[in-house]
Amino acid sequence: MSNETAGNLSVTAVPLISEVKERQMANEMSESPVFAVKDLSVKYGEFRAVRDVTLDIGEHQITAFIGPSGCGKTTVLRCLNRMNDFIDSAKVEGLVEYHGVDLYNSEVNPNEVRRRIGMVFQKPNPFPKSIFDNVAYGPRLVGGISKSDLNDLVEQSLRRAALWDEVKDRLKASALGLSGGQQQRLCIARCIAVQPDVILMDEPCSALDPIATARIEDLMQEIKKDYTIIIVTHNMQQAARVSDRTAFFTTEVNTESDRRTGVMVEFDLTQKIFSVPSDERTESYVTGRFG
Amino acid sequence: MAIVTESQRSVTRSEVHQAITRQKRHIPTIALGVALLVAVSFTLLTLFALLARIITQAIPALTEKGSGFLTDTIGSEAGKVGIWPGLFGSFGIGLGVLVIAVPLGVGAAIYLEEYAKQNALTRFVIVNIRNLAGVPAVIYGVLGLIIFVGWLKPVTNGGSVIAAALTLAILVLPVVIITSMEAIRAVPLGLRDAGYGIGASRWEVTRDHVIPYAMPGILTGTVLALARALGEAAPLIMIGAITGLLPETSLSGKFTAIPMLIYSWSGRPDSGDGSVGWSNAAAAAGLVLLVLVLAFNVVGILLRNHFEAKRVGS
Repeated sequence: MSNETAGNLSVTAVPLISEVKERQMANEMSESPVFAVKDLSVKYGEFRAVRDVTLDIGEHQITAFIGPSGCGKTTVLRCLNRMNDFIDSAKVEGLVEYHGVDLYNSEVNPNEVRRRIGMVFQKPNPFPKSIFDNVAYGPRLVGGISKSDLNDLVEQSLRRAALWDEVKDRLKASALGLSGGQQQRLCIARCIAVQPDVILMDEPCSALDPIATARIEDLMQEIKKDYTIIIVTHNMQQAARVSDRTAFFTTEVNTESDRRTGVMVEFDLTQKIFSVPSDERTESYVTGRFG
Repeated sequence: MAIVTESQRSVTRSEVHQAITRQKRHIPTIALGVALLVAVSFTLLTLFALLARIITQAIPALTEKGSGFLTDTIGSEAGKVGIWPGLFGSFGIGLGVLVIAVPLGVGAAIYLEEYAKQNALTRFVIVNIRNLAGVPAVIYGVLGLIIFVGWLKPVTNGGSVIAAALTLAILVLPVVIITSMEAIRAVPLGLRDAGYGIGASRWEVTRDHVIPYAMPGILTGTVLALARALGEAAPLIMIGAITGLLPETSLSGKFTAIPMLIYSWSGRPDSGDGSVGWSNAAAAAGLVLLVLVLAFNVVGILLRNHFEAKRVGS
């Protein structure tokens, strides 16, 4: 351990070869992105919450949305699995393509979309049921699963969410008895259990302490080889630590109405956003001079 | 107590002690306490006086008849009456109201809260339902007379238990809808998000998460509605409940209910010779109604506790 550390120390200035490779991979957008968002605007009634967002999200990457409050990053996130359907006044304009399919096409089944594009929320929200039933809920809805397969699936999902060892002896206990960090990992396990393709995370660590946050971040790195992850975060260090690419959003004051509309300023490799951003506003935000 | 300028500030222990120690005789505090106590005592005293009077009045009639008071039919002598036809009618009405008003009311509440777009039309409908909850019972009696006794005679056979149950179900429907809507609105949004976030449909989320969480509140509304339906006499008078002899009981024939008997018997003169009079019979019938409503309440509370325990995931 100490040898390794010593060895690494001498080369810290130069990125490791594996790191460079990883970055190159992240740099080339894959031929067919998971999401292709073009000119996305969302209105709540007459109020335009966010406008003209265009970005492509690649497979098995972690993409972070950062920006000050009210910049529309959560609104954009919720467009990606049609969670905005539940807000009557929300109106989505522009194109959101998921593997080439327009998500807002009238023939699309939004429930199936949300099963494939799962979501983890800001506040841990386990069902008031047992730990087992929380994870088993989604698979049971899909149906056609035997009891032993379901048991295996629950165990596997809890293992992937790095929660199994802590709860394996009390699967029948209430999920509400878990700590906040455990509850959030349970929510991730519940999401994984329906075998999604994408996991959307809306500030998943904002209600957690630093240790629980670190565990969730480790978990994200662990599962990104299987899932495409998009995370909204207020925490710039978190975005820098976990994500491959970062989109920076900010707000613009509308001259005529004095209300704020979110805009996407810049979308690039996380490394670039935090070291050599191309926009002045990004730079002042990531260096802490604004926001 | 006074705010001092910066230069004068110096805190000593005795000052702090004096400042944060409660004054023993603070007149407004004492006055408020007394006023609230009077309000509570007055309410409780009235209730107890009422109960005591009903019980003391009921005892002669109940001791005279024993359990026959519940099982015998209505007689023409105060000392010999039973309330069986009334009990039958009230049970039938209670059951009918449960079967009709609860599914309709909870269904309407689910639609208005979970499915309907929150637009002007929905708001208009909700305001009207709230107003309907305040419409006097007699008006519902008129409605019942026209619709259920008149138009729907082939179904209800005129002024029957069925017609009464339908009328009272419509009467309590707004209460069931409003309390259920409030219970549904109190379900945390995060619970719905959790379901939708893993691909559950609107109905699946409603069935598996919203209704179970709202169940205690829905039950409270149901118990309130049932108690109201069991206690109403005015609509029954309108749709033609019987106050005299009623040898046969059936769901589709002529009927009566406990509130009708209380209303009818209270108006009759006592003999004044110290024997069991109509006022004793009315009080005894009132006591039976109270016990009946109380029993429904207890069942409601037990069910509510059961569903509340489920909310913590046990």
